Parts: sequence; C-alpha cells; structure tokens
Amino acid sequence: MEAFRRHTGIGVPLRRSDVDTDQIIPAVYLKRVSRTGFDDGLFAAWRAHEDFVLNHEAYRHGSVLVAGPDFGTGSSREHAVWALLDYGFRVVISPRFGEIFRGNAGKQGLLAAQCTQDDVESLWKVLETQPGTKVTVDLSEQTVQAGDLTVLFTIDSYTRWRLLEGLDDIALTLQDMQEINEFEARRPSWLPTTAMPAGRPPSR
Amino acid sequence: MGRTLAAKVWDAHVVPRGETDHTGAGGEAPDLLYIDLHLVHEVTSPQAFDGLRLAGRPVRRPDLTIATEDHNVPTADIELPIADEVSRTQVETLRRNCAEFGVRLHPMGDVEQGIVHVVGPQLGLTQPGMTVVCGDSHTSTHGAFGALAFGIGTSEVEHVLATQTLPLRPFKTMAVNVRSRDGSLPAGVTGKDVILAVIARIGTGGGAGYVLEYRGNVIEQLSMEARMTICNMSIEAGARAGMIAPDTTTFDYLAGRPHAPTGTQWDAAMQYWQSLHTDADAVFDAEVHIDADALTPYVTWGTNPGQGLPLSERVPDPNQITDEGERLAAQKALSYMDLKPGMPLRDIAVDAVFLGSCTNGRIEDLRAAAAVLAGRRVRDGVRMLVVPGSMRVRAQAEAEGLHEVFTAAGAQWRSAGCSMCLGMNPDQLAAGERCASTSNRNFEGRQGKGGRTHLVSPLVAAATAIRGTLSSPSDLS
Ligand code: SF4
Repeated sequence: MEAFRRHTGIGVPLRRSDVDTDQIIPAVYLKRVSRTGFDDGLFAAWRAHEDFVLNHEAYRHGSVLVAGPDFGTGSSREHAVWALLDYGFRVVISPRFGEIFRGNAGKQGLLAAQCTQDDVESLWKVLETQPGTKVTVDLSEQTVQAGDLTVLFTIDSYTRWRLLEGLDDIALTLQDMQEINEFEARRPSWLPTTAMPAGRPPSR
Repeated sequence: MGRTLAAKVWDAHVVPRGETDHTGAGGEAPDLLYIDLHLVHEVTSPQAFDGLRLAGRPVRRPDLTIATEDHNVPTADIELPIADEVSRTQVETLRRNCAEFGVRLHPMGDVEQGIVHVVGPQLGLTQPGMTVVCGDSHTSTHGAFGALAFGIGTSEVEHVLATQTLPLRPFKTMAVNVRSRDGSLPAGVTGKDVILAVIARIGTGGGAGYVLEYRGNVIEQLSMEARMTICNMSIEAGARAGMIAPDTTTFDYLAGRPHAPTGTQWDAAMQYWQSLHTDADAVFDAEVHIDADALTPYVTWGTNPGQGLPLSERVPDPNQITDEGERLAAQKALSYMDLKPGMPLRDIAVDAVFLGSCTNGRIEDLRAAAAVLAGRRVRDGVRMLVVPGSMRVRAQAEAEGLHEVFTAAGAQWRSAGCSMCLGMNPDQLAAGERCASTSNRNFEGRQGKGGRTHLVSPLVAAATAIRGTLSSPSDLS
C-alpha cells in the first residue's frame, strides 16, 4: 500500500446523508473479478442525472469528497472503496462512516476522515460558493484546509499509523505466526472443521 | 466485574493482545482475533484469492473455510449455463479458486448450495462461542447462535485466508431488551417486525461501533429461525454484529446436524456453551428497551431500513420531522418511492412480492407464508417469487408440500440463491416497479434500477400478494 501523508485536490460537496454502498456502487457493477476498473459504477444511478455534483465541470476531477453523516453504510462490498479510488478520490470526509466501509478504506489507502457535522457544513459552503476549490488534507496534522477554512478531523490512531507508513496488514500479522501456531494448538477439539463429515456423500 | 457475552467470545479468541504502541501518538494496536469459520461466496472473494496468488501465499486453514455460490446464481433453469457472461465468469472464478486452494465448495445444483448465511447454520458449522466471518455484511445472522459473527471487506477476506486471524478493536456492547408480559409476541408479529421496530427506534447509525445483544423474555421464546432474522438485520442499524445467548433452543437446533459435535465432544462443547451468557453484574455500554406487547406488523416506507412504521400508520409528512437531516432524507425517500404524505400504508399497491433472502428464506418463513396463501390466489397483476434460502430448505418445503401451495396460489417456485434481494441475477424489478420484500435492504435500486422496495415479514408478504396492497393476514376476510 502506498503511504498517505498529505493530499491536495478539488473538493466535492455531496449534500447527502446515508450514502450506503449500494449507492456508491450498485450491485450490477460487482461482477468483475479484477480489482480495478470500477470507476464507471461510482454513484452510477446519480451520475445519470445532469445536475449530480460530479457532472459539474468544476467538480468532475475532484479527489476529496465531503459527504453527510453515515457514509458507506450497508453492504460490505470493498468495491465501494475501489470505485472511489478508481475515480480519483483519495479522501472522503463525513461526520460518521459505516464501520466496514471505514475498515476497507483504511486497508486500501483511501483516507476516511471524520469531521463534525458543523465542520462538514462549513466545508460544503466553501466548496459550493467557490466550486473547484482545492482542499488540502494533512494526515499527520489531522487537518482539512479549504480556502481560509481549516478544520480538524479524527481517525483511529492505528489506521493513521498504518496509512502514514503504508504498511500491509497481512505482512504485519505474519510476524505473529508463532503465537498463531500456539493458539491453534490450544483450540478445543470439538470445534468444527469444514472437512466433509464421514458417512455423507461428497458434494458434486 | 462480570463480562458480556460478546466480551467472553472475544477474549477466548485473542491471539496476542494489541498492546504495542506503534503510533507514537498514544494509540493502540488492535487485538489479533482468531477466526473459527470463514464463509466465502463468489462476489467478494475473487480479488482476495488473486492477492494470495500474487503474494505466493496458501490458504492457511482450508479446513475452516467453506464456499457456496449464491449472489449471482439464477434461480430458474439452473441446469443451464449461466446466461449472463459476467456472472458466469465470477462463479467460474470461484470454482477455480476453490479447486486451486483446496476450499470446499457447494456449487449450483449441489444439495447443500444456498445463501451462505443459510448454509452455515443448517450444516451445523455455526456454533455458540465461535468467531465467524464472511465477506458479506449479513454475517451478523450467525450471532443468533451466540457466535461473534460479522461481515468483512475483501482485503480482510484475504487477510483471513492467509492468516486465519484479523486485527480488530473490541466492539462496544448494546443490550436490546425485548420484553412482553408473558414473553409472547402479539398475533401476526414476527422476528422481522421486532427488528424493523428496533431499527426504526435507534436509526440506521444507532448501532455503529456496537455489537447488539438481544435479550429478554421475547427473545428467549423465539425459534432459531426468528433469532437469525433479528441478528441478520443488526447491520441495518449500523452494528457490526448481533448476538443472542445460546440456550436449549440453540442446542436442540444443533444436535444431530452434520458438523455438530457428538458423544463426549458434545458434552465438552456444552460445558463451554453453557457459560456463554452475559454475567448478571456485567455492564453494557448502552441499552434500549422494546415493549413487545405494543408491536404490530411493521413495513418500511422509505429507502433505508430505519424508515419504517406500523402497517396501520400513514406515510409520514416530512414537514413534521424536526431534524433537518432526517427531513431531507424523508423528502428524498418519498420522491424516490413515489409516495404522498398522509397516504395510508395499507393503500400502497405493489407489482411484485419477494419471499426469500438470508433474512426470511428459511423453512419457517416459507411455512408461515404458505399458511396464509393456502386456498387463496395471488392477486392478478402481482408477481410473487418464492426463493428458498438453500436447496435443503427447498427440499424440505417440497417434502411438506409447500411448493404446491405456492404454485397453486400463482406464485413462482424457484431454486436457492440471493435472487431479488439484490438483483445480481435475472430476478430484478423493472424501473418504477414496487415490491413487498422479505429481504433486508430497501435502498434505492437495490432490487433493480429504479425499483421500489418495502421491507416486510413473510406474513405481510403473503397477505400483500393476495390483496395487492400492503396488508397483514388480519386484513384478509
Ligand atoms: S440474501 Fe441478500 S442480504 Fe443475504 S447474503 Fe444474499 S444478497 Fe446479501
């Protein structure tokens, strides 16, 4: 994963709450088996409307999305994060995120920055009165700056550290292999395995 | 101090505790949690297997991993190749990956194939006190057994495949107390109505960060099926997981299932299982109380599962909602749903009825709906799909003759899969169509682009199919 320290790009005001992952990328776009190329599905239903924010020239090349509360709720699909990244977003700001979405974002290097509702309102105002405003998001300082406005954001410290260092979770865990082996040796023998139980026909 | 059910299961699975301060900012590394069972399906796994291949890593514990085909599969003509090329590729990719990495797979046409959250419990693989994950948010279903079960993203799927663990922070705990005078639910009220009422109460974000533990005399009297329906929709309240302490209902359900322990192993397991309840002096981070005597059948009117009301009410007037965000959301929802404030919910006419999904696609759900439909007809102009949650459920229903009730009523009897719950297969709503659905999400376009969804219980689904407007069995003459 690429390290994330600071990013500057056009801010996009998405005045909506409860943006669930079905809205971020509808199910019909989930059929690919690759990890890229999901940008065409991003907000697919909304992008069909001319007045959707990303269809305005000033916001089209945005990379910092500022959304209402409960962004990324619903389905666990990581495709939502891939679609945002593939489109060019590096940061999503919201007063509250769906939990799985926030976890997925952290794994993929998309910064999910939590700001207060009031700060989101202030950011929306700046981005709407001056479309195309560049926003700078600094992860070490935990600040968002748009024009004269600077607000703070929160992020859990472990995710922040991993993003700053660009660390791969699996490699980190593999360092604990000794302990995983020991744990496995202690597991009770009655716990089930998925091995086909005796006396039953194998599946076709 | 005593511990909650969730804390007990958590503690029993911590490999190393996350103590190291990597951050230098006072932050803590997460715990590393061991995963007892990993369920896999075709949509969220291809990129994870790819990741393994790229890194040259094997699946660490194929014997704790099981896969089934559910999201994409057609539910009619299943002996034919999948017509949609992209769906077919995804299913074939899963087959290739499972063969290459040695993972047990129940493919289309297999007797054990079905929706991943129906298959796990029915095989007896989901047991109390386990940690269960799947690249699917409704993994919370398995919490009905007192397991800690939650949905994960594809990166985490890869992480579990590679290491059988996940780095995680403990969830906060919320008690959801559901009580009535004698522990029963009013006539016509089901587990689905309970959970819709809970979500309407705490909101779609109300459970964020929490594992919800459902408790109280009503929960104690519910069947495993109804408990699964409730835990299934915990995620719709934003929660990571839902849990219910195991009891004799749980043990009776498990006994004799293919993967349940037997003999002395069963006894040893029982010892652990019986310790799995929240201690009397344990403290939850939050608590809510639901008076079940006051519950009536619930339906949703909007585009998130929190936008629900008793069926006897009217479509709400956004102007009377004080919270600005909620008002805006309600306005948008009503315009998408094409509903006018003040209209009685019972007058809303539907084009389709969907009975199925991991929420309400189990045998008990089919029985309940069949009992309402018996001797009656689905109203002209309404199409009703009955999609069993698994091929086992389908076989059981056929053994009981339920399929004949459905087909005699004019409903379509299908093979197992997610089907119209999310419309990845050909079972979709057309734009503008309205559906009463026993599934769990009424998001815009969830059942097909432009489709409109009202979430309901199997009883309401069946009565609605007959009358053509949102109805409960008590509305039938
Ligand atoms: S039935 Fe619906 S909610 Fe359940 S796993 Fe399938 S798509 Fe997800």
